[in-house]
Amino acid sequence: MTVAVVRFPGSLDHDSARRAVDRLGGRAEYAWHADGELPPGTDAVLLPGGFSYGDHLRCGAIASRAPVMAAVRRHAEAGGRVIGICNGFQVLCEAGLLPGALRRNATLSFVCRQMELEVADADTPWTGGLPSGERLSIPIKNNEGAWYGDPSEARVVLRYGPDNPLGSTDRVAGIASRAGNVMGLMPHPEEACDPLLGSTDGCLVLRGLVAA
Amino acid sequence: MTTAPPRHRQLGLTDEEAARILELLGREPTDPELVMFSLMWSEHCSYKHSKPLLRGFPTGGPRVLQGPGENAGVVEVGDGIAVALKIESHNHPSAVEPFEGAATGVGGIVRDILAMGARPIALLDSLRFGELSSPRSRHLFTRSVAGIGHYGNCIGVPTVGGEVAFDDRYEDSCLVNAMCVGVVPPGGMLRAAASGPGNALVLIGNRTGRDGIGGASVLASAELDEDEDKRPSVQVSDPFTERKLMDCCLELAGAGALVALQDLGAAGLTSAASEMAAKGRVGLDIDLDLVPLREALAPAEILVSESQERMLAVVEQARLDEVVAVCRRWDLEATRIGSVTGGERLVARSGGEVVADLPARQLADEAPVYAVPRSPAAPPEPLDPAALPEPADLAAAWLELLARPNVASKRWVYERYDHLVGANTIRRPGGDAAVVRLPGSDRAIALTTDCAERLCELDPRAGGRASVLEAARNLACAGARPVAATDCLNFANPEKGSTGWRLAEVIAGMSEALTALSVPVVSGNVSLYNESPGRAIYPTPVVGMLGLLERADASVGQGFAAAGNVVVLAGDDGALDGSEYAGGAVGRPREVDVTREVATIELVLAAAEEGILSSAHDVSGGGLATALAESAIAGGLGAEVDLAPGRRDDEVLFGEGGGRVLLSLAPERLERLRELAGEAVRLDAIGVVGGDDLVARVGGREARLALADARDAHARGLPEALG
Repeated sequence: MTVAVVRFPGSLDHDSARRAVDRLGGRAEYAWHADGELPPGTDAVLLPGGFSYGDHLRCGAIASRAPVMAAVRRHAEAGGRVIGICNGFQVLCEAGLLPGALRRNATLSFVCRQMELEVADADTPWTGGLPSGERLSIPIKNNEGAWYGDPSEARVVLRYGPDNPLGSTDRVAGIASRAGNVMGLMPHPEEACDPLLGSTDGCLVLRGLVAA
Repeated sequence: MTTAPPRHRQLGLTDEEAARILELLGREPTDPELVMFSLMWSEHCSYKHSKPLLRGFPTGGPRVLQGPGENAGVVEVGDGIAVALKIESHNHPSAVEPFEGAATGVGGIVRDILAMGARPIALLDSLRFGELSSPRSRHLFTRSVAGIGHYGNCIGVPTVGGEVAFDDRYEDSCLVNAMCVGVVPPGGMLRAAASGPGNALVLIGNRTGRDGIGGASVLASAELDEDEDKRPSVQVSDPFTERKLMDCCLELAGAGALVALQDLGAAGLTSAASEMAAKGRVGLDIDLDLVPLREALAPAEILVSESQERMLAVVEQARLDEVVAVCRRWDLEATRIGSVTGGERLVARSGGEVVADLPARQLADEAPVYAVPRSPAAPPEPLDPAALPEPADLAAAWLELLARPNVASKRWVYERYDHLVGANTIRRPGGDAAVVRLPGSDRAIALTTDCAERLCELDPRAGGRASVLEAARNLACAGARPVAATDCLNFANPEKGSTGWRLAEVIAGMSEALTALSVPVVSGNVSLYNESPGRAIYPTPVVGMLGLLERADASVGQGFAAAGNVVVLAGDDGALDGSEYAGGAVGRPREVDVTREVATIELVLAAAEEGILSSAHDVSGGGLATALAESAIAGGLGAEVDLAPGRRDDEVLFGEGGGRVLLSLAPERLERLRELAGEAVRLDAIGVVGGDDLVARVGGREARLALADARDAHARGLPEALG
């Protein structure tokens, strides 16, 4: 499975994402923000974390209008899988591919912390088939990570719990489109795919990209 | 009527220095030339008061690929991989505008690493502020942390460690030291030396504006009270451009498109160009009309502007188009502003006229050197036991100590930094040393910054030794062998009182310990004049140290790992003199025995390498009781220990020094640990891991804390002090 990892100016986690995809047996290829097409043979798309365009205007706002996003939109609308992590989640919301918006954290500060998550919807490709209520440990690291929106407009896939320091609506950590093929989350699964780093729970999420 | 002082004095040059310039040039300097000299011959750029003393440091060794004198030091770590490291101060700008001051401090040190052709993979910050009871110190501290986070988070380099301490002596002069570490791919090291007459000189990155003009001479080379309004001297940060600059320069370096690379830091283009020319024994001819500007600037201003996020590269004519194209792809400006020439002169033109024509080496390397006065301070009085009565309730004193901002958890700080980006952080902040995997290798590096400033105040020789030994001990606790150091010497005005003597003594003490450890200093920075009319800082020689783990999965943590493990104390007795518990720099500390402390470090390393340790933790601020609590909190397991009586029960619990390490290991491993220790290291099996309480018995008294209470005190100390 070929996974296009999109690079915007200011993307930071593309290399970690590429390594995680490779570790799961996928083949990661970089896609460039200024290109109108995804790499040939792209099966799935990953929008990595970072500070695309320096978070200027609004997090993800400029990236959501980059030429490559037209191709990402076509891919998603054709039912292809897309995951947006952290800034990538912000880009998906700004692009209207997922509902809601990411607001400033309730702490009014950047928060880098290992978080407890619980599976809220077992029927998407993004939780490795774990039943609802199962717990994952994946880190967050963001300034504007509080998802705000109407949970009924999407599928809530992952919730923070019991702590919700960012103050997201309904403890939302990650949501998917109704069809389930587009996923966005603030936690960083690519930082939790290696036993050396303390957790491999992120593999369950990213396997949604490489499993048919 | 008063007459204005002569121009050279306004710029901070002495009459003797002005006369020397006249003699060097054989003519009167132009105004831009005088401005350039004033910056390059400032303390910040030339180290004119510290250079002779710095020669005492050991700087060589089999791993050293680049010692002091370049943008950063570089050491070989195996598999052809090299690691670049450097620490630098941004104290004075941070005292004026803490957010931008601290942020641009991070930006500057990252570009130093980048200039070596290295990919930055870790940042650390060593911070000192006044007591948090002071509103001004709370402001400087919280805004500096915000600035560091703003910059480091946005450029995607994890901030994996550092330290922060609070003391009234930093109320007027806070310290913000930033360290960066980068990885150089095999054969990829770059240097700043320009070469090849005819090659193009290319300025990459941000446009040049009026920000930061004269920062090095105005801010960093004088005491802060002399001129109130320094705000225009602080630079403004743009981390998004820095990230693009990183990606772009690494792409260019990887393609072999650069002959030389240099960052623009203090004294801007003047410093970058004169150093590139001086190192390469060539000249540079710069047309200032070609420099992209943000606003109209005079030639002298263009030459010394400290606008951030700029790099200067030497590029072969044949590859110029390629370099410009790569920069454009990253939305960065790249402009040919001049050429390498055969002479050794730095020439700057404006409007077709030569506005500066200076010998590059004299400008960059031949500032006058001054011997600092070395008047020893009187030895401090021993601690008066009557002034520090023994507490009736040792447990209450223990809990109070754990909540002090200097001892309490620094989670409030490091959660504001992305310490994970890059997916290589194996041991996160909060432990003795951070451990970071070397990308593309089975090895990992360990990183720490440390300083024993209170000891440096009381006995600078001992403090210099202790600062180095603590850094090495922290690395050893993570299981990493120390391989190189970088240092940032923060001192008060060296021309006054006994500061010069302290500087010399600290350097001598550091050198003794570094030599004993076979650890070279490969880069560093000096920050003087950290003093106001009311207060001078403690001598604060911050040591950044790099350690190496042959196997990334072999690191050791500080947390207790299993109930039933035996708790062992390695090292000698501590003392209350100079301790956090006794209230800071009071008393007369004991000798720091380098040989014995190095033996303890070697023991911990040997035991870690054999894999017999469950945990290891340096005993530092707050003493043995604090170390015990920290290992228990980190591991989520209590412990019970019996301690031999000393001069006083509180000294046994809270005394510092002695080069001690708190270990835990399976009982059946204890015999092997004793064999490794031999006669060289004192080992005491003091107790057992387990339970929900922390219990320490000494001299027939017992101090007992519920682990949950200890954790709570440790966690809330810093947030509560911030209000």
